[in-house]
Amino acid sequence: MKSAGHTSSLFHRAAPVTLILLLLVAAWYVAAYALNAPYQRDLNARQGVTVTTGELVAQTMRQQKPTMPAPHQVAETLWKTTFGVPVTSRRSLVYHAWVTLSSTLLGFVFGTLLGVVIAVGITHVPALDRSFLPWIITSQTIPMLAVAPMIIVILAAVGVTGLIPKALISTYLSFFPVAVGMVKGLRSPEVMHLDLMHSYDASSWQTFWKLRVPASVPYFFTSIKVAIAASLVGAIVGELPTGAVAGIGSKLLAGSYYSQTIDIWAALIAGSVVAMLLVALVDVAGRLTARAMGARPS
Amino acid sequence: MSEKPVISASGLSLVFATHDGPVHALSNINLDIHEGEFVSLIGPSGCGKTTLLRVIADLEQPTAGTITVNGMTPHQARERRAYGYVFQQAALFPWRTIAANVGLPLEVMGLDKAEAQRRVKENIALVNLAGFEKKHPWQLSGGMQQRASIARALAVEPAMLLMDEPFGALDEIVRDHLNEQLLKLWAKTKKTVVFVTHSIPEAVFLSTRIVVMSPRPGRIHEIIDCNLGADRPLEIRETLEFQRIAQQVRDGLRAGHSYDD
Repeated sequence: MKSAGHTSSLFHRAAPVTLILLLLVAAWYVAAYALNAPYQRDLNARQGVTVTTGELVAQTMRQQKPTMPAPHQVAETLWKTTFGVPVTSRRSLVYHAWVTLSSTLLGFVFGTLLGVVIAVGITHVPALDRSFLPWIITSQTIPMLAVAPMIIVILAAVGVTGLIPKALISTYLSFFPVAVGMVKGLRSPEVMHLDLMHSYDASSWQTFWKLRVPASVPYFFTSIKVAIAASLVGAIVGELPTGAVAGIGSKLLAGSYYSQTIDIWAALIAGSVVAMLLVALVDVAGRLTARAMGARPS
Repeated sequence: MSEKPVISASGLSLVFATHDGPVHALSNINLDIHEGEFVSLIGPSGCGKTTLLRVIADLEQPTAGTITVNGMTPHQARERRAYGYVFQQAALFPWRTIAANVGLPLEVMGLDKAEAQRRVKENIALVNLAGFEKKHPWQLSGGMQQRASIARALAVEPAMLLMDEPFGALDEIVRDHLNEQLLKLWAKTKKTVVFVTHSIPEAVFLSTRIVVMSPRPGRIHEIIDCNLGADRPLEIRETLEFQRIAQQVRDGLRAGHSYDD
């Protein structure tokens, strides 16, 4: 009974998603034709060939460097560079994804720790509450693309290169949602619960561990879901200005240097897949934690 | 009643400063409560009955007058865990099991594990929740949750219970049932109970004394003795004596302008 309900709910959730995906792919094909056709018509005219509309459509779907690659071209490249080459090869997307992932995860861990520390500070030190939040909000309005090269250059000047500088850019982007979410979470206990702890003459340390921390757990998972996606963006952005030789960011950069639009799109999709997997992983971790904490199954 | 009162308030006032000017939540309260009494505070919203309870519990600070709890200031009494407080809602922590919720104050007090376990078991049995130790709050009905919160208050083994409309959010059938159980519990444990309510039958059924309060400013209008004897089945509410006291409470509320527009 329970498993049947589960399957049908899975179906009910999967069906709309699949439908949207199909619509997107269809729109993508239309866009590929519309964007590639002018160049193809131009080319055909210069070469003096006349083609039927059907042939023109087919031609727009197999250009070497299309303005807009067709979905199957991207899929083919994705397949080849994911499964067709050894994962240690520099042509492998898995290799590049792993490079980006490793700095994403490192930056995410740093960012989460930093965000939690800031949130604890803000909720427990009134001076920080008043002085800190405007600054961390300001920190997020600075365009990352402009700051990232400076971080890389400055750190390189003091001898820090490799994974750490990229991870720090992820940290910069990911601490913010965690700090904001955890401030809200640590302040989420009801007045009644706080009064209850007060009536037991609980220390603020006890109130923190026995009430504020457990109450903030759902907020924690919501914010790290945002933070891990931001970390990935940070890692990719960190790879762009560094002339990085590996990573999804470097694939994007190389693709744009050589107008390899298909490669760019393949790398973009690889990045999205990694992001989805990471967010899904956090989601599952959140659900398991909620269940372990006795939450009502939803 | 020659012994010293457990709770003694004299000239007690509390003024809240608000944006619309001062609000006189409590005005010149004089009240002595003795050991083993069951005292109900009754009155309409805004009469200060909950505020008075919160002052006793050291959750609010009076602005004038004196109050002692067990001969100490409310602050000292709270530090010594002189009372168990039961809120309008059960206020159980959703991530803790019933047993862990009842054990919460004992953890805070730093009681050793064996003693804590004994008290948790004993008090869960006392409120008839044995067998539900491992359940989480959402798996229990509202009435059972409130019983668990009473067990949690009792686990501290306080000399008195402060109860702020503990059954106000429950339906009448559950409320009747819990009233009966609370009375048995009171007879068994001999604790002093201060009970805030806005239900006349509940106050008359449970109390040894009823403090009728009136609003604007919050003050004591009248104190009515109420002793229906130790053995009180729910049916006692049909007796003349019960109805006479209920009428007296109602008259007190009316004289205190509680029924004014």
